[in-house]
Amino acid sequence: MTAPEFPSAPELLEAEPVLEWHRLDLRMLIVRPLNELLGLIPVLVGLIVLGGGDKWRIAMSGGVIVLVVLFGLLSWFTTRYRITDEQVELHTGLLVRKRLAVPRDRIRTVDLTSKLGHRLFGLSAIRVGTGQHEKAGENGGVTLDAVSAREAERLRQLLLDRARLVPVSLDPAAPPRERSTLLAKFDPRWLRFAPLTVSGLVAVGGTFGVLMNYAQEFDLRRSAFSGLHDVFEWVTNAPLVLTIAVLLGVVLVLAVIASLLVYVVQFWGYRLTREDDGTLRVRRGLLTTRSVSVDEDRLRGVEVQEPLLLRLGRGARATAVATGLGTKGESSLLLPPAPIAEAHRVAHEVLHVAESPTRAPLRRHPLVALRRRVVRAVLPVLVLAGVLALVAPSWTWQAALALLPFAALMGWDRYRALGHALTERYLVARSGSALRETVALQRSGIIGWRVSQSFFQRRAGLATVSATTAAGDGVYHVIDVDAEAGLLLADEAVPDLLRPFLVRGDG
Amino acid sequence: MPGPVLRQSGGVTTEQVRLRAPRHQVSRKSITLWTLHAVIGWTVVLLPQLIVLLFVDSPPTWQLTAAVVTGVLAVAHTVVMPRWRFRVHRWESTPVAVYTLTGWLSQEWRIAPVSRIQTVDTKRGPLQQLLGLSTVTVTTASAAGPVHIEGLDHESAVRLADELTTTTDATPGDAT
Repeated sequence: MTAPEFPSAPELLEAEPVLEWHRLDLRMLIVRPLNELLGLIPVLVGLIVLGGGDKWRIAMSGGVIVLVVLFGLLSWFTTRYRITDEQVELHTGLLVRKRLAVPRDRIRTVDLTSKLGHRLFGLSAIRVGTGQHEKAGENGGVTLDAVSAREAERLRQLLLDRARLVPVSLDPAAPPRERSTLLAKFDPRWLRFAPLTVSGLVAVGGTFGVLMNYAQEFDLRRSAFSGLHDVFEWVTNAPLVLTIAVLLGVVLVLAVIASLLVYVVQFWGYRLTREDDGTLRVRRGLLTTRSVSVDEDRLRGVEVQEPLLLRLGRGARATAVATGLGTKGESSLLLPPAPIAEAHRVAHEVLHVAESPTRAPLRRHPLVALRRRVVRAVLPVLVLAGVLALVAPSWTWQAALALLPFAALMGWDRYRALGHALTERYLVARSGSALRETVALQRSGIIGWRVSQSFFQRRAGLATVSATTAAGDGVYHVIDVDAEAGLLLADEAVPDLLRPFLVRGDG
Repeated sequence: MPGPVLRQSGGVTTEQVRLRAPRHQVSRKSITLWTLHAVIGWTVVLLPQLIVLLFVDSPPTWQLTAAVVTGVLAVAHTVVMPRWRFRVHRWESTPVAVYTLTGWLSQEWRIAPVSRIQTVDTKRGPLQQLLGLSTVTVTTASAAGPVHIEGLDHESAVRLADELTTTTDATPGDAT
């Protein structure tokens, strides 16, 4: 069948010299499927070993593998990128042609990721992030998966080098520069903080879930593993208390082991450096290596986070507050769980100040705030107990009441966390119990205020003063501060913004 | 109406620093809008209960109590909330900043400097169109900082948006 001939559109004349389009590295043809396969290994093993060689299932997985390889081929043929003076352009897709262009002066972060497959072949995926607030799951920037590690390093320098402080060659053959100052690096002693994170428990939970799935699918009692069978028998016959105790012990040991593994896999080889082109760079990872570069001009502060367990072990982690980076994602991480002193040291190094603002002495909030914190912690438990007393057996509401002291304790701890301070360049605010967060936010990065008062806050003379910013979470709260002190704080932090709206009077 | 009180110290009146109320009140038609919102919201909650009551022969006491309590709350909320809100909601735009006060039980003051404004939008929902009202939304580079001025009549909304757009255009920089 021949297509009818339409007159073709006249060629668009481009004023600028046409730059060469690059394809992704050819080795990606092997690496992509390999990475997919590495991810599929547990499933394959499960299917072949536990499935007892069900032909249909094996055929299915074979088909999936073929599809994955084909898909990789197609995307290599259809993907091209180029970097002009103004923007990064990426063309991709066969059925749905996508043309992405990111203006170079909007680039805030460059993220290099090498999975195990990438590393075997010396490749790296590069993700260019813009300052837009990228929602979870939505790909706001441009991702090149994958180019050679050398090309990735060249691109990283090229793309972050807006100021042209150091000329970067556009020639792919030029050797990458390597000049940087080391700010912090991995210390094996930090491993003691691994069990204080919940990652181990999550990993154990996840694995257990998958195993249970298989167990149901393949009927544990008839399985080839007689050891499993014995365990199963014992669990069903032993007394309940013993079973629970043993189970808890096993889970605890497994969680500790898993957390150590997770910590090593994620943070092995961690290095925080300041590059000579004015970027901060975090490199880490045992199997999958990641390198996140943040433009220092976009850094608006640092947050020191102390989850409860970590805090009990005098540990903390640090994240960057930067435009174009959420603080909850992994890419803003500056320091993995480490001694709290190290977190403060990293904050002070990163922010270029003599003493870390996160260590500044904080002004406590009025004692009425304690009442509010305790009430807010205790009330839900009371309501829960009340509801349970009406509709459930009596031991449940008694159990709920037994939680009261812990709730009160949590409220007290939340109050203890509250505090704020103002240093020469930073606004410091601290809050939280389960996750205590101390944020140091650049005063010049504050782009607005929100002052809120609930009915009860108004009666207690308290207010929550929130600074909005383009960076990180977008807003940072000074919770339950004395209303007047909060307004004076906001007024002092950003001169002249609040002043026209403040009055003196006896209310 | 007196300005919002930030502090009621026990008997002793001292010179307190507080936020003054923004200069302009919103349109009186906002009361109708909020009342309609409340009515719609409470209908969604009440209607299923009433239907059940109608079709069940002898409804249990707890069901009757629930319906009565919901009804009382609905009436109280629908009567009190819109009027209270109207007394609170205020806005102001100066050459330097946009300043609003919203809420009723809980109140919130928002200040966005004009130099950091990124976009100015006007919006009219179906009910707002019916009443001739508009909402002006001023966004900054912060994901959490948009300032909404609800309940302006069309003309003043358009005028305000134009004013803000002009001043924003005159300010250089990318507002982060």
